[in-house]
Amino acid sequence: MTRNDTERHDALVLETRSRFGDKLLSVDRSYGDCALIVDLGVVHDVLAFLKNARRFDLLMDITGIDCTNLPAHRERFELSYNLYSVPDDLRVRVETAVPELEMNVPTAIDLWKSANWAEREAFEMFGFNFVGHPCLKRLLTHHEFNGFPLRKDYPLMAGQWCSVTSDLSDELNEPR
Amino acid sequence: MSDKTINIEEFVPREGEARRPYSSADFDRDIDPARDDFNEGLTLPDINTEPMYVNIGPTHPATHGTFRIYARLDGETVEKAGVDIGYLHRGFEKIAEYKQYNQIIPYTDRLNYCSGLTNNVAFCKAVERMMGIEITERTKMIRLIIMEIQRIMDHMICVGTTIVDIGALTNFWYFYNARDKLNDLLEALTGARLTYSYTRIGGLAWDLPAGWRDDVKAAIKEVPSAIADVRGLVQKNRIFQDRTRGVGVISAEDAISFGWTGPCLRSTGADLDLRKVRPYYGYESFDFDIPVGANGDAFDRLMVRIAEMEESLKIIHQAIDRVPDGPINVDDKRVTLPPKEKVHTSMEALINHFKLVIDGVQPPVGRIYDATETPNGELGFYIISDGSGHPYRIKVRPPCFYAMNTLKFLVEGGMVADIVAILGGLNVVAGELER
Amino acid sequence: MGIDQTLLPATKDETGIITTRLDEIVRWGRKNSLWPLPFGTACCAIEFMGAVSSKFDISRFGAELVRFSPRQADLVLVAGTINYKLAPVLKRIYDQMADPKYVISMGACACSGGFYDNYATVQGIDQIVPVDVFIPGCPPRPEAILHAIMKLQERIDTEPVTSRGRPRRHEVVEKFKDN
Repeated sequence: MTRNDTERHDALVLETRSRFGDKLLSVDRSYGDCALIVDLGVVHDVLAFLKNARRFDLLMDITGIDCTNLPAHRERFELSYNLYSVPDDLRVRVETAVPELEMNVPTAIDLWKSANWAEREAFEMFGFNFVGHPCLKRLLTHHEFNGFPLRKDYPLMAGQWCSVTSDLSDELNEPR
Repeated sequence: MSDKTINIEEFVPREGEARRPYSSADFDRDIDPARDDFNEGLTLPDINTEPMYVNIGPTHPATHGTFRIYARLDGETVEKAGVDIGYLHRGFEKIAEYKQYNQIIPYTDRLNYCSGLTNNVAFCKAVERMMGIEITERTKMIRLIIMEIQRIMDHMICVGTTIVDIGALTNFWYFYNARDKLNDLLEALTGARLTYSYTRIGGLAWDLPAGWRDDVKAAIKEVPSAIADVRGLVQKNRIFQDRTRGVGVISAEDAISFGWTGPCLRSTGADLDLRKVRPYYGYESFDFDIPVGANGDAFDRLMVRIAEMEESLKIIHQAIDRVPDGPINVDDKRVTLPPKEKVHTSMEALINHFKLVIDGVQPPVGRIYDATETPNGELGFYIISDGSGHPYRIKVRPPCFYAMNTLKFLVEGGMVADIVAILGGLNVVAGELER
Repeated sequence: MGIDQTLLPATKDETGIITTRLDEIVRWGRKNSLWPLPFGTACCAIEFMGAVSSKFDISRFGAELVRFSPRQADLVLVAGTINYKLAPVLKRIYDQMADPKYVISMGACACSGGFYDNYATVQGIDQIVPVDVFIPGCPPRPEAILHAIMKLQERIDTEPVTSRGRPRRHEVVEKFKDN
């Protein structure tokens, strides 16, 4: 599982720290993974650096986390980008804390096209506003649903009826 | 022939005008589309066509699962398409926050329900890595064998149903009969036909029944003949090739940018397979190849799956004789229930049993992302634990979510019939797509 | 509906030799040619495919012809989880079918929401459409589907031919009541 991951992750952390200084707030190396915890202002730059300079060309997943009940958290929400480098076979996570009152995050769709639906899902489950996303609307829940289901204050069993299926005319004009 | 000519200007609307419909009054004027000179002087743009808006789904025989594609068609060509999913969103991630880790295993079964055991293994692998548990050799080999059996079964459903949608109905039965034989094996092992829930954190639910290995050897003899039958019917078939070659072409760079993994990515030429790149459970000791396609079209996606079935057979042949003896559950009291005799006689075992059932398995505080090569691609679990028996957050990285993301761009510009060939080849399973 | 109204004078009670023989023929025809509309969403759809396959063979009940158009089917077999997004679609499909129409709810998720008791899943399709037969199981075996078809055939045997009472287990949700 590890091969020479540890050295490569060390080198990556050093390079990121030299580029971004104290905006790289901390690093989580548990279980052999490497998670770079960065400041929200530079998250797009970090992602662009990882993609362009370090060949992390596959965005595996974007995860939203509601940290309300976690003991040590800076802000209420966190966002975690899971990256993989196909030529180098290396994984890294980029995590950032997002404040509850202003959930604007720059979109990663200009870097990876897989961010399209991943960001839509993070928006619909938590409410992140991805600035610059071409079509940020609900994906998995129906169009009459109100609220963000995966937040900790949304009750588990609060179902909402949908009376009519949605009209998708606006999706036809989404740019490529 | 009449000397009346058609003034096409009457039918072509000007800016902002509604189109004047062709009415019975025009018949009186002797304008007959069957006339030889009807098209004289007309060019294609003059003929007034309207785009047609068509809903393909959510209930549709050719979409496997409930997806909806809202397409604007110009004749048979799809000009624009919008994809709507979410008709099977069951709230897995939310409800997993209320369950113990062992109670989540049945929910993972229903993610990619065509290969439920692979999801079970993927989830247990993630939690075991988080707890630092090394499972026994026997369990590793059994999990490997059942994952490869499931890979064959999943590809059979995918290829079988796609070919049915393209129009070749017989292949589905060839594959389905072989699949039923394999399903009987898994039913003898786990007790269930589709949603097995056989793995547990730290091992398996129970051991192999007597004679199971010989049954496996007998059952997998049926598979090569089924594959050969289907190959013979479709691989060199002119109609099949016309319908799938050059349809839904995507390059390897685009596929990686869209987040593709698994057989779909391998059909574009990139050979990324976690079983070779980051082997787990002893995959490195088996001799198998990774089939890789060339063009990234629908034909390649199906052929790569058929070739992968043959590679899985190779692995099962090698592995079935190499299952070591030994216990199946690791002897770790954080995860494994103590044997019943001890529970009835020893106080520590009783308390251990009680804690494990009431509080559940409790991984340490932390976050982990672990990925497994499922038949669809890379299934990843990102688990955040707060130290209690319930996970704080589980995020499933579904492989077909990212393939479905691409569907809109693959079908635009093609024809309506191609939507079916493309969608089938992506193997979009609704349970995994929408969790 | 249909046959006996055109052949016989309109009469409320269904006694009389011609009527009973005709009832039997009509019932025989209906129960032996149930054309299902597999409204398959999730795992139960795979088990339904198993029931259609040659090992379990649903075609001995005349139900092999799956018709995905509601205009051509008379049995809608809801196999799989129905969530709130799909509920109006199910109602619309059910409304588009012609009488006599039957509903079989297959699997724990369709009967009662299954173990997905959360914000997304309808806790039983009988809140949307009236159901004739419930099949428990997660997923039910193909033999259970065949048993359900046989139970439905028994029910068809006991029903009046001209008008079907609508079975109701729970009150259909207000939004989806027939108006």
